[in-house]
Amino acid sequence: MAQQRIVVGAHYGLKDWLAQRITAVVMAVYTVVLLVSLMFLPELNYGTWAGLFASPWMKVLTLLALAALMWHAWIGVRDIFMDYIKPTGVRLFLQVASIVALAGYAWWAVIILWRV
Amino acid sequence: MAELAGKSAPNSRAQFRNISVSQIAQYRLPLAGLVSIAHRVSGALLFLVGLPFLLYLFQQSITSEVSFESYRATVSGVFPRLVLLALIWAYLHHFCAGIRYLLLDLHVGIEKEQARTSASVVFGVSLALTVVVALKLFGAF
Repeated sequence: MAQQRIVVGAHYGLKDWLAQRITAVVMAVYTVVLLVSLMFLPELNYGTWAGLFASPWMKVLTLLALAALMWHAWIGVRDIFMDYIKPTGVRLFLQVASIVALAGYAWWAVIILWRV
Repeated sequence: MAELAGKSAPNSRAQFRNISVSQIAQYRLPLAGLVSIAHRVSGALLFLVGLPFLLYLFQQSITSEVSFESYRATVSGVFPRLVLLALIWAYLHHFCAGIRYLLLDLHVGIEKEQARTSASVVFGVSLALTVVVALKLFGAF
């Protein structure tokens, strides 16, 4: 134990802090775009709802928002685990499980979107 | 801080140091603290329940005409609607509180009084919109 690695400091976590805010803005903008698009639909039925997501620009926007969501959720749950889960093994397991779940959700969302 | 710990406070408010789980209910957080913990709780709820449930509903609603009808059947139940309502509260709170945090990051409203006011605005707006959605979900209009 000659040297102790420095694990805290002024710049530690800055990237995640910034990513959390940028992804939040992306999702907030997407929320407004989706709500406005829904309001402009003449009526809400299967045809208009599926038609909304059939357009390429909506697919791209949705995919972008989903990517932001997965990244945002990862930073959020990781922060919760870091605060409350002290045993390293349990924390590592939960973090890996969260990454696997988020990757699975992202893949599932892509499959749903590309069927429309 | 050590000399504060043992003494009784000048006013009669309870003093807490390194509170344990059993003391959480008695600990009176300021309004901004309540926004903060509700931000965390709503985020956890959206991750644990919101993501799988909403992706499932999205899949049902968009895959085909037939699945759209089964989506409508799913969301006509009382329990799914209660889950949806909880998720909508979580989204609205997370959204409003998130905007407050982004503004605080830009040094907007960081004075104590303004921060307290914006915390009550977050609760006011998110809870009012949740009530509107609840009325809509359970057929009041």
